[in-house]
Amino acid sequence: MKENGIKVVNLLKKFDDLIAVNDLSFEVKSGEIFGLLGPNGAGKSTTINIMTGLLHQTSGTAVIGGYDIKNKAHKVRELIGVCPQEPAFYPYLTGRENVEFFGNLHGMPKKFLKQRTDELLEMVGLVEGATRQAGKYSGGMIRRISLVMALINDPKIAFLDEPTVAMDVQSRRATWDFIKKLKTQGKTVILTTHYIEEAESLCDRVGIIDRGTLLALDTPRALMKEHGAKDLEEVFIKITGRKIRE
Amino acid sequence: MVKKMKIQRINAIVKKEMKKLTRVPATLFMALLFPLVLTGAFGLAFGGGNIAVDTTYTIGIIDLDNSAWSNLFIGNLSASNVISNQFYESNDTAQADLAQGKVDAVIIIPDKFGASIDSYWLNPLNASTWENTTINLYVDLGSLIVSNALPPLIQQILLTTLYGEQALSISQPVTIGNLSGVQASHNTQFDIMAPGMFAFAAIFLVLIVAEGFTEERTTGILRRIQLTPTTPAEVITGSTIAHMITGILQTAIVFFAAGFMGFNIGTDAIRILFAFILVSLLVLCNVGFGLITASLAKSLGSATGISFIFILPQMFFGTFVPITSDITKLVPSYYVTETLTSIFLRDAALTSEVVLYNFVIMIGYCVVVIIGGIVLFAKFGREK
Ligand SMILES: Nc1ncnc2c1ncn2[C@@H]1O[C@H](COP(=O)(O)OP(=O)(O)OP(=O)(O)O)[C@@H](O)[C@H]1O
Ligand SMILES: [Mg+2]
Repeated sequence: MKENGIKVVNLLKKFDDLIAVNDLSFEVKSGEIFGLLGPNGAGKSTTINIMTGLLHQTSGTAVIGGYDIKNKAHKVRELIGVCPQEPAFYPYLTGRENVEFFGNLHGMPKKFLKQRTDELLEMVGLVEGATRQAGKYSGGMIRRISLVMALINDPKIAFLDEPTVAMDVQSRRATWDFIKKLKTQGKTVILTTHYIEEAESLCDRVGIIDRGTLLALDTPRALMKEHGAKDLEEVFIKITGRKIRE
Repeated sequence: MVKKMKIQRINAIVKKEMKKLTRVPATLFMALLFPLVLTGAFGLAFGGGNIAVDTTYTIGIIDLDNSAWSNLFIGNLSASNVISNQFYESNDTAQADLAQGKVDAVIIIPDKFGASIDSYWLNPLNASTWENTTINLYVDLGSLIVSNALPPLIQQILLTTLYGEQALSISQPVTIGNLSGVQASHNTQFDIMAPGMFAFAAIFLVLIVAEGFTEERTTGILRRIQLTPTTPAEVITGSTIAHMITGILQTAIVFFAAGFMGFNIGTDAIRILFAFILVSLLVLCNVGFGLITASLAKSLGSATGISFIFILPQMFFGTFVPITSDITKLVPSYYVTETLTSIFLRDAALTSEVVLYNFVIMIGYCVVVIIGGIVLFAKFGREK
């Protein structure tokens, strides 16, 4: 495994009787955009939460950037940026203050922090909104500021849990461009989504996950070819007999 | 894993909390406006009032005379059913107990007391032959009742001693000397309540801390912080520093508001500093209670509810509510209120036994509660 890759082996997570993640194994290469595609409750967030050390697995291993999350979580946290599915932020801080707060928690030098904040706010189109208190933001603005908060530390590996939910088409496309730019900078990106289009146009490789189990893993093109499908939705239907979402 | 705490992180957390204080109206009200309004309202309500309560007063007696007359006087003091006597050998110990509120007043019967009365009875009509003496009376300056009610009472008992039951208002050979610190008789009920108000404001930090942390947990921001290299120690330290600042601001507000409403805090900088340190310990203690509450609470609502388990006893047993029971000694605010009363109203020295004793108890209390709070919170408080 290369420096900024991820290796997950036989990952299992039980919540009491419920198996949320079932014997999951996959690798993410350094510099790759990797997508976990699956319907609600598939186990995407649980997988991300284990990989970032928020949850402890029942068994199996997850090695992030060369460090086992189980005993080297503090090392992993210096490498990663995480955008949670529920965008947590301080409503009484402005957008910019929220971002800079997290930059400070990452111990970023002041000058670099300011420069990077400006740059990221510009990229997500929040330059003007950034001076307002985040509690007054629209849903889409919250998602965008949350993304900036996650990436402020210029992480080598980015975990993005449903990064474009609740965004309008324009913001979604801007966010995709933004994620593609991360790739050109050599970052590893692992994102979850239930948007077919997002997985197809953004991800180098996609893992299709349902009820905690990884059903298929390949490039979108190869998956479609293998199942004789015109898009990933059809791939999912062919494998499971169900639609990803109604 | 022991890791060095990073100032930059702690600083960011402190700043964030201070912004919350100034920007969130509910927090601003709870932390700063509430103490101001409370002090102002109490000052208006009780600033001029007078109170009369029937109690027993304990009087420290130093009998330097030890004559039949002095024994009669002491006997008469005991016979009045509102006074109980306690005897001292030296003035110093008696004064120390007075300063610490153990006795309500101290009477020094001079060595010429008996001789003086004898000289009077030898020639009651010729004042020039009397041997005049003065009884020194010191009263608890912290109590309005004592400083107002005791001197005339003792005067009356003195008359009874001299002339028997049908004491007349004729000139006497023995008089009671000037009360030391007579301004104490101007103490209003508000003056007596003021020390409790300093403690009162700090108590409500439980609510602010508990709700703050519970909210941060339920909104997921604590998890988000957990995803950065920030340690729990840094989160708690930052938050504690911020709440110490809030607590000191509160105390300053109550100080100035109480001063404005007529409470005399004096000019002794060391005393004022000591009072601030003492209240800061109470603040720390209540931050600890807040952490414990946040660790136990599952939701914002239960955080509020559990907070009051810490707030109410501290309020009733340790501020300006006059309860005399040993149960008061269970709450930290009691030690602060009691000590501040000693310092500001009874004029106790900072080095006096009770002050030091309370101070040490507060430090111990604080250490236990804050460590308990941190351990509980680090273990159970961040995830539910
Ligand atoms: N803390 C928890 N306690 C119990 N069950 C949980 C917990 N977290 C998740 N689950 C369960 O695990 C399963 C997987 O949930 P997860 O959040 O990982 O799904 P997801 O793929 O992210 O779905 P979505 O698209 O809705 O975000 C679900 O059945 C969920 O109910
Ligand atoms: Mg999810």
